[in-house]
Amino acid sequence: MNRFHERAVNALLTVLFWLVIGTTAGLILFIAARGIKGMSWEFVSAMPRDRGLAGGVLPAIVGTLVLTSGTALVTVPLGVLAGVYLTEYARPGPAVRLVNLAIVNLAGVPSIVYGLFGLAVFVLSLRLGPSLAAASLTLGVMTLPVVVTATREALAAVPVAYREAAYALGASRRQVILTHVLPYAKSGIVGGSLLGLSRAMGETAPILVTGVAFWLPRLPTGPASRFMALPYHLYIIATQVPGMPPARIWATALTLLGLVMALNFAAAGLRRYGKGG
Amino acid sequence: MDTGKIEIASLSCAFGSRQVLHDITLTLAGRCVTAIIGPSGSGKSTLLRCLNRMTDLVPDARVSGKIILDGTDILRREQDVVQLRQKVGMVFQKPNPFPRSVYDNVAYGPRIRGLRRRRELDRVVEEALRGAALWEEVRDRLHAPALSLSGGQQQRLCIARCLAVRPQVLLMDEPCSALDPAATAKIEDLITGLRRELTVVLVTHNLQQAARVSDHTVFLLDGELVEAGETATIFTRARDPRTDAYVTGRFG
Repeated sequence: MNRFHERAVNALLTVLFWLVIGTTAGLILFIAARGIKGMSWEFVSAMPRDRGLAGGVLPAIVGTLVLTSGTALVTVPLGVLAGVYLTEYARPGPAVRLVNLAIVNLAGVPSIVYGLFGLAVFVLSLRLGPSLAAASLTLGVMTLPVVVTATREALAAVPVAYREAAYALGASRRQVILTHVLPYAKSGIVGGSLLGLSRAMGETAPILVTGVAFWLPRLPTGPASRFMALPYHLYIIATQVPGMPPARIWATALTLLGLVMALNFAAAGLRRYGKGG
Repeated sequence: MDTGKIEIASLSCAFGSRQVLHDITLTLAGRCVTAIIGPSGSGKSTLLRCLNRMTDLVPDARVSGKIILDGTDILRREQDVVQLRQKVGMVFQKPNPFPRSVYDNVAYGPRIRGLRRRRELDRVVEEALRGAALWEEVRDRLHAPALSLSGGQQQRLCIARCLAVRPQVLLMDEPCSALDPAATAKIEDLITGLRRELTVVLVTHNLQQAARVSDHTVFLLDGELVEAGETATIFTRARDPRTDAYVTGRFG
């Protein structure tokens, strides 16, 4: 009976394993097979022409990369500092519990709500207008819970024995954190942040109302500039441009997928090989 | 001249509502090895951790009483724990070198105190490694990861890491419990040698070890001091019947 039970569980887990792998691989292959036909050097390196029917998607690629960098600039310093404070400094109590609750809830807020928040606060109240800055701030706030959580988990994973060793050698709390805990947790923090950023990279709703443009066939000029971005570009050409060749739509999807996956692989690599750096 | 003598007066310690040490009064002689023995849960490690205020790291720990080192009470509020821990080093049960090179491990203490000059650092590192009887084994791989050393070498590296900040007192919390007999023997030799320079306080479960390396022995039971005295006396002519029962292996 027990043996049968164990076999059944094993079989179920194997099926689930292949289901997950199969779905992921299937999705990637599906998009790659269709996208590869529309892919060319011109597609990733030229300005779009004729409402995207010809030319390339360079401004959308650059827009997405710059937007993601801007998001990182906002969210990583804030999130890491918050995570360090909560793990290393804050005394456990009602205040910390409240902050934890807030972080969990922030992670659950729908992305369009972040978009509207960004519109109200960054675009209108702070008068940034629809711009790279406003969109980066919006995505940055959205990614904050991921970075805070990744930081806290990475810090909590630093073995107590190492902290004690450093304290016992007469290190102050600041020194233990700076020279010791953070370097040890670095790969976990960076890896977790990259995962959060790759999520932000593919978001459409929050940038929709905070600065993205469909048609802006030039590269963004600064934080105040509006910008093109791959997810929104994809949405428009897939739904709003009559006569758009499917190969161009799939090639756009493939480009976005490639960027997101590059970030994810970087994150996975760091988490796996960077331990204890 | 500091003697490394430690006078403990009415020391009590509680974690939350759990009282771990009850009113301990005791003098630990300078430049000697004192072994603290007692069954599990008798408060040996806690007593040790009061001596360098590692108890500060436990949020609900309450420590009262006095611990006088060099004429000052290290439990007083204004005590600079960073300075204290430079004087009072600690070696833990499991070897815990940092995941860095051998050199960086030993240089950690001097570096956080601002020593940057390479030659000076090299000298301090070599001296500390020699002091921990590890220099000959690692001189060719100072920049190899510390975690590539054997368990016994890692523990001696941890001792070297303490010695590099030139402490007066070295606290050792069952330093050999994770080591094989050969590595244990090396550490014991080392402890015997260190006694000339500093005060060693050694918590151990291993009664033979206490008998072999210590000058004085302290016997704790349920957080109370039962007996303290010269090791030879404690092991052969203990005054308290409980001490006698413990050291002859009748309980614990």
